[in-house]
Amino acid sequence: MTASLDPTLVARPSLAFTPRTAFTAALLVILALFPLYSLVTGNTFVLTLFTRVLILAIGAVSLNLIMGYGGMVSFGHAAYLGIGGYAVGILAKEGIGSGFVQWPVAVAASALYALVVGALSLRTRGVYFIMITLAFAQMIYYVAIGLDRYGGDDGLTIYKRSDFAGLIDLNNKTLFYYLCFAILLASIYLISRLVNSRFGLAIRGTRSNERRMRAIGFPTVRYKLAAFVIAGALCGLAGALLANHTNFISPALMHWTRSGDLIVMVVLGGLGSLFGPVIGAVTFLLLQEGLSRFTEYPDLILGPILLLVAIYVHGGIGGLLEGRRGG
Amino acid sequence: MIRLGVLATTALVLAASPALAEQKTIKIGFISTFSGPTAAIGNDMRNAFELGLDHLGRKLGGLPVEVIYEDDTQKPDVGVQKTQKLIESDHVDFIAGYIWSNVLLASLKPLVDSKTITVVTNAGASAFAGERCSPYVFSTSWQNDQTPEAMGMYMNQKGVKSVFLIGPNYAAGRDMLAGLKITYKGQVLGEEYTRWPDQLDFSTELSKARASGAESIFVFYPGGAGVQFITQYVQSGLKGQIPLYQGFTIDELSIPRLKDMALGIPGTQEWVNDLPNEANKKFVADYIAKYKLRPSYYGAQTYDAVSLLNSAVLAVNGDLSNKEGMRKAMEKADFKSVRGNFKFGNNHIPIQNFYLQDVVKQGDDYVLKTVATIVENDQDRFHDRCPMKLGE
Amino acid sequence: MLYFIEQCLNGVQLGMLLFLLAAGLTLVFGIMDLVNLAHGSLYMLGAYFAATFAVLTGSFVIALIGALLASLIAGMVLEVIAIRPLYRRDHLDHVLGTFGLILFFNELVRLVWGPEGRTLSLPPEMLTAVQILPGVYYPIYRLVIILATLAVAAGLYVVVMRTRLGMLIRAGASNREMVGALGINIKLLYTLVFGLGAALAAFAGVMQAPILTVQIGMGENILILAFVVIIIGGIGSIRGAFVAALIVGLIDTVGRAFLPDLLRHVLSTNAAQTLGPSLSSMSIYMLMAAILVFRPEGLFPAASR
Repeated sequence: MTASLDPTLVARPSLAFTPRTAFTAALLVILALFPLYSLVTGNTFVLTLFTRVLILAIGAVSLNLIMGYGGMVSFGHAAYLGIGGYAVGILAKEGIGSGFVQWPVAVAASALYALVVGALSLRTRGVYFIMITLAFAQMIYYVAIGLDRYGGDDGLTIYKRSDFAGLIDLNNKTLFYYLCFAILLASIYLISRLVNSRFGLAIRGTRSNERRMRAIGFPTVRYKLAAFVIAGALCGLAGALLANHTNFISPALMHWTRSGDLIVMVVLGGLGSLFGPVIGAVTFLLLQEGLSRFTEYPDLILGPILLLVAIYVHGGIGGLLEGRRGG
Repeated sequence: MIRLGVLATTALVLAASPALAEQKTIKIGFISTFSGPTAAIGNDMRNAFELGLDHLGRKLGGLPVEVIYEDDTQKPDVGVQKTQKLIESDHVDFIAGYIWSNVLLASLKPLVDSKTITVVTNAGASAFAGERCSPYVFSTSWQNDQTPEAMGMYMNQKGVKSVFLIGPNYAAGRDMLAGLKITYKGQVLGEEYTRWPDQLDFSTELSKARASGAESIFVFYPGGAGVQFITQYVQSGLKGQIPLYQGFTIDELSIPRLKDMALGIPGTQEWVNDLPNEANKKFVADYIAKYKLRPSYYGAQTYDAVSLLNSAVLAVNGDLSNKEGMRKAMEKADFKSVRGNFKFGNNHIPIQNFYLQDVVKQGDDYVLKTVATIVENDQDRFHDRCPMKLGE
Repeated sequence: MLYFIEQCLNGVQLGMLLFLLAAGLTLVFGIMDLVNLAHGSLYMLGAYFAATFAVLTGSFVIALIGALLASLIAGMVLEVIAIRPLYRRDHLDHVLGTFGLILFFNELVRLVWGPEGRTLSLPPEMLTAVQILPGVYYPIYRLVIILATLAVAAGLYVVVMRTRLGMLIRAGASNREMVGALGINIKLLYTLVFGLGAALAAFAGVMQAPILTVQIGMGENILILAFVVIIIGGIGSIRGAFVAALIVGLIDTVGRAFLPDLLRHVLSTNAAQTLGPSLSSMSIYMLMAAILVFRPEGLFPAASR
């Protein structure tokens, strides 16, 4: 295969000192040092807030794989947060508290659902793909509401966090924060390996021109499906983390507006960039939190910001930092 | 660069906000619903809470008070988030409120884990009256079953032979309909649960009730849903054909909107506007004077919460770190309740009377009047599932 | 059997409301190729406008007309300011931008009207049920909704099939570039279409207000259903939207009414009551997924794209 590579397609984190890399590096350092700040000031609430940011960033990273690199706009990604979370919740309620069982089940269940959804949805494209992924997310949302035994619409309290038999105590907020941070970094590493492999190049080639890829001989649907399943599985892990974090799981987590939040995070951070989802997640959640402290009507500002980003900014905030404009 | 600046500023803002609590001011977190069709309930509770504080000179046990109001938007997941924020970020000394049983149940774990003294001013889920009772959680309302149990007793007295039940499908809705079935001796010809809180169209259920041939309908729909239900009950022509009995569906908040439609539909409650004790007369008179509205039982229950908290702080001479002392004092219920008799059962749920109320027209006004006392010193039936004992 | 008829009427009534929403949505999607998540916000605004006008004038009818005009204007202004720049962007940016608009409008409504919501009262004559068939009682107002919506549907049909504007709309749905190349003022056409969609959405919002609700975020749940309707019916097709809306309305209502009873034979009452509505909601999405897999153009495809 001698297809020429567009330099912007190479997704290796550049070591050049650009505003973008400086920003990303600074962000990572701040995130790494956060628990120390919390320890010093005794403010546990910010630790809780940032743990949530990290977990949702993992979800955004997974969505970025298929949306940013693969060009598949999934409007049902929050479903996997829910599946992962309910796996933990249901097992916990039925007396199985071990994380060694809960978390693999969360990942496997999400992967399975992604397989089914992907197999059916990938026959469509464009706006139809968006709608059908939405449909599947709504279906699982209504399943969760219908689960009377597990709280239905009222949700399910998870009394004990996943038990890892002494390896790590998830009740320790600092440890839990670093675990999430480690998983986030590991996910980004995994994604970077994936997109720079032959598999990844195929996915990204498919995003630009699927017909050409198929003409070359790539079974594009199979590749897309594989990416879809990986993204779902990773998001399921995020869901398991989230359920532990809040000690509570409810169908509201899978509402389509939550899928919208994930899309916003990915786009805000810059589609198809490695650290973009992290930037996007941090920005979005901090904007929400920060604005609500400054004004009684935060969305009056947040809404138009999203609109302006949609209209003007190519490549999200990452694109802004890189100076790319228009389209 | 701009983005980095925004990020840094936001971080600083967040860091600066939760200031260290001064020891001398009592912080109370109040969770209720202040948006959507049930916002009227939250406002009523807030009004009553404020009035109660006014009556005490904005002090509890001599210490100044700061109240932080949070909106649960009627959703359990939002409620638990706000609860956690009040505990972890605002470091409140007490929490009060909770209209909805499902919101309370979702929020219970953080409350109990943090040992925050909580006064529930409405939600009456059977779980927290039973197995999930906690030494730190008190109720100034009731357990959900009690009110419909009283209605069942009344319907027996009246000789109603059959009933069709309609209610919302969440914790309290199930408790309410179950409560009626405990005491009611006639035939239950149907039991319908509707999607909560977004289903406000009851035509299906009303049709089923009509089709069942039941002699009466019993319904539970709090807040704005109650207005919708009664309106549709009247619109469908059922009023005058099948009598309606209700719990928590018609109250002082909904009567101004229902007007004539509410006449002749009886309900049971532990408090009515016209209860003749001194504390109540003052409460109602001052409430009407300050807010130009009549208080409902939501407000009455919340007003009692202020008195209860006051008794706690007084008992420990303002030493808020003495949680054990405060909660033991609260168990004594040493205050004048607007409902007259008031004492706690072992599960911190009140033991109290229940009255029959009906809507009457007084000139241009519609008011609720006490018609009779149905049961005295009623205790909820879950108290023996709670392992606590008073005074321990 | 009589109960079944009543439920079918309820289903038709819901379908009519969905049609109003879906018609506007499918027009905008079909002609401007724009995914407009904020359509539900226009529905909400219509209801709020009507509630305020009703209080000011005391008349439901005047309130309705006022709300329609206000929403038409609001829709056109919105199109010029916020929607027009989105046309050149891709669907993902539409999703992001209009999602932002949803947030904005919810907050704006909260600022202007407060968080509690509003009520819209009916004139007293509407407050009774009529016996339309022996033993079948149906509230007058719900009949009014069905008839009024049918009238609007007929009016829409006339406009689309018999007027010049309608011809431009149909042409735009089939082949946008050609219409532009023919020298038609595309910008004006788009603004008008968007305004029309807003008015239709507002009509739905006002009609359902007396029996359902006027509150913040009321557009979000029904918006999703409207998208399902246009996918099933075919993007850009009003006829498709009509048929699909009826189907969806009937499935949802009849499912909600009868599934719990069927399930009660195997499950407890609570569980049946919880699962029943869930299943009927799910079935709508399953239908949409099936259509997308087997006949993605929808039941009545409009465009020859």
